[in-house]
Amino acid sequence: MSALVPPQGVWWKQPLDRVEGTWIVIAFVWCLIMFFMMPYWHVFGKQNLSNEAYRTTPEMFQAKTQAMVDKFKVREETDLKIPVVAPPPGSDVYIIARLWSWWPMVELQEGKTYRLHLASMDWLHGFSLQPENINIQVHPGYEHVLTVTPTRAGTYSIICNEYCGINHHTMASRLYVVKAK
Amino acid sequence: MMAVNRLFRTCPSTGLVYHEAAEKLIRWNAVAGVVSLLVGGILALLVTLTRWPAVHLLPADWFYLVLTAHGLDMLVFWIIFFEIAVLYFAAAVLLKCRLATPRIAWVAFWLMILGAIINNVAVFRGDSSVMFTSYAPMGAHPAFYLGLILFAVGALVACFVFFGTLVIAKSERTYTGSVPLVTFGAVTAAIIAVFTIASGAIILIPTFLWSLGLVAHIDSLMYRTVWWAFGHSSQQINVAAHVSVWYAIAGVVFGAKPMSEKVSRTAFFLYICFLQLASAHHLLADPGLTSNWKIFNTSYAMYLAVLASMVHGLTVPGAIEVAQREKGYNRGLFEWLRKAPWSHPSFSAMFLSLIGFGFLGGISGVMMGTEQLNLIIHNTIYVPGHFHATVVIGTTLAFMGLTYFLIPTLFRREMMFPGMAKWQPYVFGLGMMSFSLFMMGAGTLGVPRRHWDMTFAGNALGYEFPGTAYLMMGIMGISGIAAIIGGIMYLLITVGSVFLGKKIATPDFKYVAAKDGVAPKPAPQPAFGASGHGASIGMAGFVAPGTFVLALVFLTSFILYYFVNWKYLSTVWPLS
Ligand code: HEM
Ligand SMILES: [Cu+2]
Ligand SMILES: [Cu+2]
Repeated sequence: MSALVPPQGVWWKQPLDRVEGTWIVIAFVWCLIMFFMMPYWHVFGKQNLSNEAYRTTPEMFQAKTQAMVDKFKVREETDLKIPVVAPPPGSDVYIIARLWSWWPMVELQEGKTYRLHLASMDWLHGFSLQPENINIQVHPGYEHVLTVTPTRAGTYSIICNEYCGINHHTMASRLYVVKAK
Repeated sequence: MMAVNRLFRTCPSTGLVYHEAAEKLIRWNAVAGVVSLLVGGILALLVTLTRWPAVHLLPADWFYLVLTAHGLDMLVFWIIFFEIAVLYFAAAVLLKCRLATPRIAWVAFWLMILGAIINNVAVFRGDSSVMFTSYAPMGAHPAFYLGLILFAVGALVACFVFFGTLVIAKSERTYTGSVPLVTFGAVTAAIIAVFTIASGAIILIPTFLWSLGLVAHIDSLMYRTVWWAFGHSSQQINVAAHVSVWYAIAGVVFGAKPMSEKVSRTAFFLYICFLQLASAHHLLADPGLTSNWKIFNTSYAMYLAVLASMVHGLTVPGAIEVAQREKGYNRGLFEWLRKAPWSHPSFSAMFLSLIGFGFLGGISGVMMGTEQLNLIIHNTIYVPGHFHATVVIGTTLAFMGLTYFLIPTLFRREMMFPGMAKWQPYVFGLGMMSFSLFMMGAGTLGVPRRHWDMTFAGNALGYEFPGTAYLMMGIMGISGIAAIIGGIMYLLITVGSVFLGKKIATPDFKYVAAKDGVAPKPAPQPAFGASGHGASIGMAGFVAPGTFVLALVFLTSFILYYFVNWKYLSTVWPLS
């Protein structure tokens, strides 16, 4: 029973076993590779989460979103008459997260780049774009600005994947990507 | 002056020396843990039967309530009660020392019990279904936070009883040289626990005041940052504790000595140095923090802790291999492993815990903790898949293995249902491995965690998950039931043995109350010889070649899986 009894002699002078020494070197090199992958991807990779974020308030964010809806609304959907907006490529697109819906719906063009602003009006929510499976935390009081480029036309879903109370599982919306005009 | 209780008993089969007060406290803490496991296990059944789409048992409000309670009873109450038992064992029993201030240790125990009850009552009242993370600004009943705070204070006091015991052992010279490796691991866990509980206080006390209306605002990002300094480090306590248990079981079952004390202890020390800011890997998908902060804190803090775990993952089986080879199982690469006592439940539990923790929990955890890769799994059911591999297969199964050792020596009962005990680690461990694996699979398809209805029934805008996602959630459900059966087997064996098992008498043990006189302190044990491994075992200059090959298999899986995920990430929409 040896890990259960005091070691003999001075433990920090016990020699390293060859198996252990070799493994430590290999494992350490692997840890370094994993470390370098992250900066590497910032330089050469295309999927990096934006660092751009601002403090905001529900009123401010609501006003900006409303302005976008007034300008770029193309139609309404479902019984709730949720507006669908189609802002031009390169523009700012706002999506509000609140208990328990995303507002409004947006229509983007394939291969074009947009600045997507996300903020919550109340509690934490989770922006989860399916089936792409891109997942981003949405905070109240913070406006997160992401630069996104949809690559394939189609109908996507935005679901909430941060638990936000009793109707969390009903919080779902759509995002359309259409062929560039 | 108060008489000091110096009543000791020597266990006839293991030679371990138990201080009377310590023994009682270890038992009660372990029992409180097992009771929490029982409650958490019933809740696990309900949660699993709801997330299995074909069954979908509970209504939404009950699902969220039960999930909150399951997380707390398991992750907080079961694990920490049992860990306190492990701490007392590692200090008082392994150092053959009296426990410092048993009265205060009882105060700690009752505070923890009180806290656990208050918190559970708050959850079951129905107005605190906020999950164990209780992210502000979603608020719970004040009693919810109060219960957690009381429990944490109790645990903190228990940590200080542990440190006090170490001081007594040193000053009364109950051992010579350094403390045993298992105790060293326990010290690691306790130091991390102090840091953890301090972070918990920093976040839970203001939140408690906020729930009473005394604090106006809690910032959600600040909350998540500090909460995870608490939530993540507490996982590092679990790792330090269950790694210590692995070493202990290797010692008990094989008489295995650590390959090199220096390596194992340095690896424990790395846990202390490099985990504090690893909470960053819970915030990789959050706004308002820079990439530099995220990368620095996940990698500086996490990868050296990962390195430490990779080292323990080698040295524990390596020590077993050396012990087995010295016993004569020296042929080929794997004779030592084939001839291992696979029907000894302590060993099989420990070994499955090690494999499951490393291959499933470890690899998936590092993948998720990579800044960019986190984007494709954050908050999906992949995450609970990962931590059921770490905290259930890793920690819980290791503790189950330790229990089989403790029943005769600590509870002084013969184990009931020994035939069932042989199977229990396999049913629980393999069930849980499959459960975790299919959860992770469903997560890569986007299935969210903490979600009542993946079908979005009646929702005009709902998302239709692919059939494979439903299939995986179904297999997850079935595997979860298998694991629960394994859990029931564990509870039958432990509860049966502790209450109904045949008593084992300790020869020459006579109860003397502390006030009736004190016995002299026991004589110090001579340290065992670390004989140095003979050159005659192993292959090619490696004393543990089989373990080394296993480690390379592990590394290969790790590298492949890691880069497969980068490949997958490169196919999603460009983001910057
Ligand atoms: C047979 C045993 C178990 C089964 C079948 C089981 C099953 C589950 C399921 C289905 C979930 C829900 C995942 C979701 O919807 O997000 C869950 C969550 C969880 N489980 Fe377990 N579990 C078991 C044991 C344990 C143990 C032993 C622990 C801790 C030591 C544990 C800790 C947790 C935690 C922390 C959560 C997350 C709760 C949350 O998201 O707030 N589980 N479990
Ligand atoms: Cu939400
Ligand atoms: Cu939600």
